[in-house]
Amino acid sequence: MKNDTKPASAARREFLGKLGRATACAGAVAGALGVLQEVSAKTETASPGASFPTKDYDWTKHQWAFGVDATKCIGCLRCVEACKRENKVPLNAHQFRTWVERYVYLEGDENARIDSQQDPVNIEASGSQKEYRFANRYKDAKVEKAFFVPKLCNQCTHPACVQVCPVGATYRTEDGVVLIDHTYCIGCRYCVQACPYGARYFNEEEGVSDKCTWCYHRITKGLQPACVEVCPVGARVFGDRKDRESPVSLFIRNNRVQVLKPETGNAPNVYYVGIDKEVN
Amino acid sequence: MELLNNIAHYTGWVYPNETVFEWSVLIAVYPYLTGLVAGAFTVSSLYQVFGFQRLKPVAHLALLTSLCFMVFVPTPLLLHLGHPERAFNSTITPHLTSAMAMFGFFASFYVVLLILETWFAYRPFIVEQAQKRTDLLGRFYRLLTLGSYDLSEKAMRYDRKWIFSLAIIGIPAAHGLHGYVGFMYGSLKSREWWSSDLMPVVFLFSAIISGVSLLAVLYVVTCKLRKVPIDLACLKGLGYTIWGFIMVALVLEGLEFANIVYKGREGVEMIMQYVTGPLLVPYFILQMAIGAITPLILLSYMIWRGTTGRALIAGVTLCASLVLMSVFMMRWNVVIGGQEISKTGKGLLSYNPLIFGKEGLFMAIALTFAPLGALWLISRVFPPWTDGAAASHGH
Repeated sequence: MKNDTKPASAARREFLGKLGRATACAGAVAGALGVLQEVSAKTETASPGASFPTKDYDWTKHQWAFGVDATKCIGCLRCVEACKRENKVPLNAHQFRTWVERYVYLEGDENARIDSQQDPVNIEASGSQKEYRFANRYKDAKVEKAFFVPKLCNQCTHPACVQVCPVGATYRTEDGVVLIDHTYCIGCRYCVQACPYGARYFNEEEGVSDKCTWCYHRITKGLQPACVEVCPVGARVFGDRKDRESPVSLFIRNNRVQVLKPETGNAPNVYYVGIDKEVN
Repeated sequence: MELLNNIAHYTGWVYPNETVFEWSVLIAVYPYLTGLVAGAFTVSSLYQVFGFQRLKPVAHLALLTSLCFMVFVPTPLLLHLGHPERAFNSTITPHLTSAMAMFGFFASFYVVLLILETWFAYRPFIVEQAQKRTDLLGRFYRLLTLGSYDLSEKAMRYDRKWIFSLAIIGIPAAHGLHGYVGFMYGSLKSREWWSSDLMPVVFLFSAIISGVSLLAVLYVVTCKLRKVPIDLACLKGLGYTIWGFIMVALVLEGLEFANIVYKGREGVEMIMQYVTGPLLVPYFILQMAIGAITPLILLSYMIWRGTTGRALIAGVTLCASLVLMSVFMMRWNVVIGGQEISKTGKGLLSYNPLIFGKEGLFMAIALTFAPLGALWLISRVFPPWTDGAAASHGH
């Protein structure tokens, strides 16, 4: 600094410098406030285009939703098998796009005994990791209450998985489904950790995350998701909420429905009927 | 099937997809490394910015340590990615809502800052070597001078100004980078064990104590290896720093745990079962009792008694080693521990680490110690010692 010999001008320069720095800080704070809106959990949909993703399908004309009537489910696990085959999910007992939970209260039990098809006892009963059964594990014990709960991706309106993806490989479509771009996913698995429902898994062979898409490749062609199609009792209901007479619109309108873990603020879009307090 | 790594055994009820541990031991190594970076930088800043003169013998060592560990910070992440070749997607198209998206920018910024500060700090040495040496290494130093051989008082004053500014910017940069790692966990609402507002601060303070401890151990070991006397005032300064920060670290960690227990939200029974069961040894005994409370008591005793000489060296080295272990356990207990408590709140899993392979224990150990190898190498070219011929003229 040449001004070392001129204290007065040095002091002035110092003051101006400080002023400049203070202005820069204020600017940074203002900028940060603008970003806040962007980074909050309330994610916007990918893009507001028309006739997307295919020529004959307009995703602005639909709003898909899913209903589960747990009182109807018989735990046959056809849905799980159908999903594994339809979506090329690895045939093992650790990775599922959908699964069924069994809740059993034996006489005198305070809490439910919960298992799913991946439980070693059930895998032993099926004889293979590629086939799924519920074993008769409680034998002659007196059952006080028991029911099944099918689970799948909730395609949340404010999905935590989409929020945390560092590259934007996972996104929410205009018609309400959370998808993953497998050609862009880096395989960090932050989304797997962020999902409160355990809906995501990591496909090690492909090196990318994967999860239920409500069979997006089918529903955009007017078909039902595979699990809905094979359900023999109609426990799974699927449809368009923009169509007031669709199965799912009627399901939501005619029942007292609830969603899983509403406290997360994720706003799930799978609506349940007939689940108990222990289901989460 | 054989593709699946880290399949976990479990008790109670866990979601089917949770039976594979997605974040392995490498993800525990990663915050450990960034923590050491931030902590080592703290030591360098205590000298450069806050004028702790007694830390001068380790100031340059701290800078080089920070740089060497920082270079290795991305390696556990890259080894963990399913598609490491796509890693730059997050810098080319960062998804701004992600707490992970800014990592590339923060890390690069900080690496550049470290390189700049190291260059300024070593400029007198580089110029001196460039003028003295005629061999290949001399050519290397001449390249590094970037054409500037000016070591006049005016030039040095200018350099010092740069070092001071970089050290000041480096404080929020280093601690931001690490606090940000804490935020990555603390901001996830899917796991009660992670979801805490205190998490970034807990990470920060544990980072500081780990970095200062690393410096203390490195200083003692390098002095022994070089057969030079240890500057007791400097070591005592490091000891004081650990002592001061470990109290805050302990209080924060305690507060966080107390919050989980006191709030007693859904799933707390499972957490209690976990901490009093599988986590008893890694958390209460290794991380807390042996790794944090023991050094705190020992350091307090040494400060109270005015311990000096060989006892001080042995005491501080022991405490620092314990703290290094404790902080690694803290990373482990957060990253692995969080995944051992099921998202259902009704079951526990147990992590079964691989021994070999790119996410195995050997790799984790190798990556933790690799920066020390780099440090050994770089200290040949840029000696951080303040004694002997290599003394820096910059300060």
